[in-house]
Amino acid sequence: MAEIFKSVVCPICGCLCDDLEATVENNEIVKMKNGCAVCEAKMVHGYKSDERILEPYIRKDGKLVPVSMDEAICKAAQILTDAKYPLLFGWTSSVSETQHVGVELAEELGGALDNCCSVCHGPSVMAIQEIGIPTATLGQIRHRADLIVYWACDPWSSHPRHVERYTAFTDGRFEKSEFKEYVQKLKAKASQKKVDAAIRRTQVRYQPSQPPKAAIVEAPPQSLAKAGRKMIVFDVRKTMTAEVADYFVQVEPNTDYEIFGALRCLVNDQELDIDKVGGVPVEYLKEIVDAMVNADFGAIFFGLGLTQSVGRFRNIEIAIAMTRDLNRKTKFVIAPMRGHFNVTGANTVFAWQTGYPFALDFSQGYPQYNPGEFTANDLLRRGDNDATLVISADPGAHFPKSSIQNMMKHPLITINPDWNAISRLGDVVFPTQWCGIEQAGTAYRMDSIPVTLKKIVEAPKGILADEEIVRRILEKVRDIKAQKNEKDIQGQQQILERKM
Amino acid sequence: MTEILIKNGFVIDPLNNINCQKMDIAIKDGKIVEKVNEREAKVIDASGLTVMAGGVDIHSHIAGSEVNIGRMLRPDDHVKDVVRKTALTRSGTGYSIPSTYVTGYRYSKMGYTTVMNPSMAAMKAKHAHEELNDIPLIDKAVFTLLGDWWVALETIAKGDLEECARHIAWMIRATRSYAIKIVNPGGLESWGFGRNVHSLDDEVPNFSLTPRDIITGMAKVNAMLNMPHTIHLHTNNLGIPGNYKTTIETMQALESVYKGDKPVGHITHIQFSSFAGDNWAHFKSGAAEIANYLNAHNHMTIDIGQVTFADTTTMTADGPFEFSLYELGGHNKWVNSDVETESSGGIIPFHFKKKNAVNAIQWSIGLELSLMIKDPWKVSMTTDHPNGGPFYHYPRVFAWLYSRKAREATLKKCNKKAQRKSLLPTLDREYTLYELAIITRAGTAKALGLKNKGHLGIGADADVAIYNINPETTDIAQNYKPVRKAFSNAIYTIKDGEIVVKDKEIIAIRPGRTMWLDVQTKEPYRINEEMKRKFKEYWTVEFDNYPVTDHYIKVPEKITIQASV
Amino acid sequence: MVEQKLRVTLITGRTIDQGVAKELGKGSQEYFDNVAVCFLDSSDIKRLGLKNGMNVQVTSPYGSIVVKAKKYPYGTLSGMVFMPCGLWANAICSDATDSIGMPTFRGFTVEVEPAPDKPVLTLDELLKQEFGK
Repeated sequence: MAEIFKSVVCPICGCLCDDLEATVENNEIVKMKNGCAVCEAKMVHGYKSDERILEPYIRKDGKLVPVSMDEAICKAAQILTDAKYPLLFGWTSSVSETQHVGVELAEELGGALDNCCSVCHGPSVMAIQEIGIPTATLGQIRHRADLIVYWACDPWSSHPRHVERYTAFTDGRFEKSEFKEYVQKLKAKASQKKVDAAIRRTQVRYQPSQPPKAAIVEAPPQSLAKAGRKMIVFDVRKTMTAEVADYFVQVEPNTDYEIFGALRCLVNDQELDIDKVGGVPVEYLKEIVDAMVNADFGAIFFGLGLTQSVGRFRNIEIAIAMTRDLNRKTKFVIAPMRGHFNVTGANTVFAWQTGYPFALDFSQGYPQYNPGEFTANDLLRRGDNDATLVISADPGAHFPKSSIQNMMKHPLITINPDWNAISRLGDVVFPTQWCGIEQAGTAYRMDSIPVTLKKIVEAPKGILADEEIVRRILEKVRDIKAQKNEKDIQGQQQILERKM
Repeated sequence: MTEILIKNGFVIDPLNNINCQKMDIAIKDGKIVEKVNEREAKVIDASGLTVMAGGVDIHSHIAGSEVNIGRMLRPDDHVKDVVRKTALTRSGTGYSIPSTYVTGYRYSKMGYTTVMNPSMAAMKAKHAHEELNDIPLIDKAVFTLLGDWWVALETIAKGDLEECARHIAWMIRATRSYAIKIVNPGGLESWGFGRNVHSLDDEVPNFSLTPRDIITGMAKVNAMLNMPHTIHLHTNNLGIPGNYKTTIETMQALESVYKGDKPVGHITHIQFSSFAGDNWAHFKSGAAEIANYLNAHNHMTIDIGQVTFADTTTMTADGPFEFSLYELGGHNKWVNSDVETESSGGIIPFHFKKKNAVNAIQWSIGLELSLMIKDPWKVSMTTDHPNGGPFYHYPRVFAWLYSRKAREATLKKCNKKAQRKSLLPTLDREYTLYELAIITRAGTAKALGLKNKGHLGIGADADVAIYNINPETTDIAQNYKPVRKAFSNAIYTIKDGEIVVKDKEIIAIRPGRTMWLDVQTKEPYRINEEMKRKFKEYWTVEFDNYPVTDHYIKVPEKITIQASV
Repeated sequence: MVEQKLRVTLITGRTIDQGVAKELGKGSQEYFDNVAVCFLDSSDIKRLGLKNGMNVQVTSPYGSIVVKAKKYPYGTLSGMVFMPCGLWANAICSDATDSIGMPTFRGFTVEVEPAPDKPVLTLDELLKQEFGK
């Protein structure tokens, strides 16, 4: 019998689209409506694939051996209490309820606590701590923005419905969708391609001996001055998002800081006595600034192209500074394209309990914060931690090799639903439920809007929610510590008795 | 449940007209009762101590999106105030925006047991409730920002207040809220395109109505819904010199709604709305004008929003105000956070300094208002935490109110120009403990319509604070320092009949309740197709996913009220 | 003229195919096909005398990895190569964080050369080789 679930929330990226329709037959999702390709891959296929972990494992003599849940909990708790300084990393594909217990576990252990933020938008958080951020919820942008800038991000690939749900291709109260124009543009492009191909066939093949090194930036199109929504993409490479934009500006790698600096000067009516910045002619930048200042409401979205390249948080800082300055002339907001569906939640939950969003340490009995010191990759590089727990993340696939090599020197506990790279490397491997499919809970959208994930199918028998796994580890840790305390007291008493 | 008998304390309970009477308070099953079996009850010897109901805070930003972004924004604020984990309590940080657990502990240590979280964007309600669950030891409630909600603006503009009321009733329920909060009405919507409104009669862009329409409309809606509290209003032009006129006009506008029985409006952190002078150079106090008006009228209550001279973090839904503060305040880090169809928000760290003329005058304005408004039942003591200063600075404010000597000591250290402009030297009034109990619990609870809070009568919640103050032997005005210290650290705090603070230390943890209103309209609110369509248009969250569900409130206290529409 | 080596800047990032494949499973064929790849500009493919789908070795100061070469589908990519983020790209990234926690995932110089005889390691082979598990 088919059951249809409406308003299902997608537990993949920071968009948290909540208008999905899932068709469930015999406790299996068979069809998803409204979702993107990634959503369909996960919710119809991926979650029930052969890659699923179905029972807990412990590595014995180099091989992963299935064990009971109790044994795995005991082993994990023992590893964590034996460690002098464990690192608890991940959390961003878990619901807030799990993250909440995670902070308590880290505090109890006196360990380090970090989330995936440190390898995605950690630099953005740091920039915000430096100078703040003028931002808005996605709906505000949908209703009002007539200029949308995507900088160093490719929502078409990483947040496939962002443009359609929140920006250029959606109808707002004051601004309408530009989707029709886009279709026309595509049609025109398709016919142009046919013409190009015909011309090519008639011409002799010519190959330049030296391909051009610098990026070629086209002049801004007339449409930048039009009324209605406009979309500009800045990136080092042309992407699918760039294809649908009104204007694509291809910048040279690692020059974002300079370009923002130049734009900021122009926003503040200063003259630039150079011709080009980051491969972009200044006259083009002037036209872009004109479009920004003349917009009623502008919005900039930026991605990992800024946080991971040279300059890191300084890139974001100057981007925010430029946006801030633009608010003297019009309304402008800026927002990071948060990746994992609940990375914003991890920052949020950590912050309300401790004051800090990531890069946390509890070794002194109170929360301390220092990116570069308590961030996962720095701890691993220095070899500071002597055990690791990874939950709902895959540093195995997404950390530099050397960091994982250092992680492998000490015991590793993993809590993930499937055999991703890090699960394959674990010493204690927990299976867990898929948040948003088998487990309900709260996630925070990229703009800090809390959304409730639904449970739409039952998890395979015996597989627990990650919240419960973490809670049981925490209880076991407390048990072990209490026993140890008791032993210590007994030991001291015996010494005293002997002395007497 | 254990029974408790508090013996021989000096009880101050203004709602029951009890002023420093030596008497016993009996507690059973979390309530105040007439008597308990003395042999079985736990007896607290309170001789020589002052016994009051637990403190009630009418306006303090302790949880939610805005507060938490403030926390994230300021690691610099936390390093100077760290709190260690103990066997009983969780770790955390301060200073101006303490983490959730620390917030609960610090309130409880001051003898406070109920706190209103006064500003919450409806769309982020789940977040606020998740945080409130993590604030132990105090009862709490939230106010929903509704003054610039599109649906409210449209129905008020249409003149259909009954329809507006039904939508608001739904919203109060959907967000598990306690009151209607209005911030810079019309201004937040204007800020969507970077603009603001500057008077009660400016038209709100794209909506055919004025701030005056919103304020009076909402006050009428509030009455139709029989809400226990009035509309909770942050005025237009807040933080701008000369704004006392707007404030008085706002109060005048509400006169027409007043029926002569109970107040119809509450102006919050009125200090920030009592500025005179045409510009910052001529900045001065408008406290006398505001106080005169309030002394002549009975349809309003207020809270102060006292400045305590701290390196604090300002946060408000008033986005345009925060932007002007950013431009004015030396370009400190600035957060703006608009919320679609509902609200906006802003955050800026701000250090109130004694040597700064404007800051010192603001400090003076808050005290002038408290001293010049004659009827303490109209006044609630707040610092608009964390805007004027963190809540655990309250005892400093008490001292300035009950001791002329204390305020003179501070005034002496203030900017000279501010000293000259201050009205404080002309004000002899010193608050009595009885009056202090009114502005910190009795009057506050009354203004909020909390029947079981703020007093120690039979049937009241057994929330009690016991302070080391002997009213018989202490001249509080002269010995203001020990009394201030006593208020900072209650000897006992009892929450729902359980001793949670003893000898100034937390000895038990219990979750507080979250109070919310189930407003029942005459016809049950039915979401029609039009509203569903609107929902899809207005928000980026589906209608089904919007309301706060029971999951989000650990210990709910549902209060059902019957609306007259 | 066919060149032996290409000195270019490595850019890493998301692709829709990588996004879909990671949800299908890190051990899936789709993941291997879409992540163990390096996208080159068509002119660079010619310069190296490669055919679409041939193996290339990408070497940085931090490591070396063999992946399949593919033509970059959108516009020009001169002076750059692009690899989808994942295990293979991370084998040649640095853990240097500039003291702020963020490793060096992109924007550094790599050498790309044809490797017709070297195999592309699967996920499990790579884990075994690099981490011994």
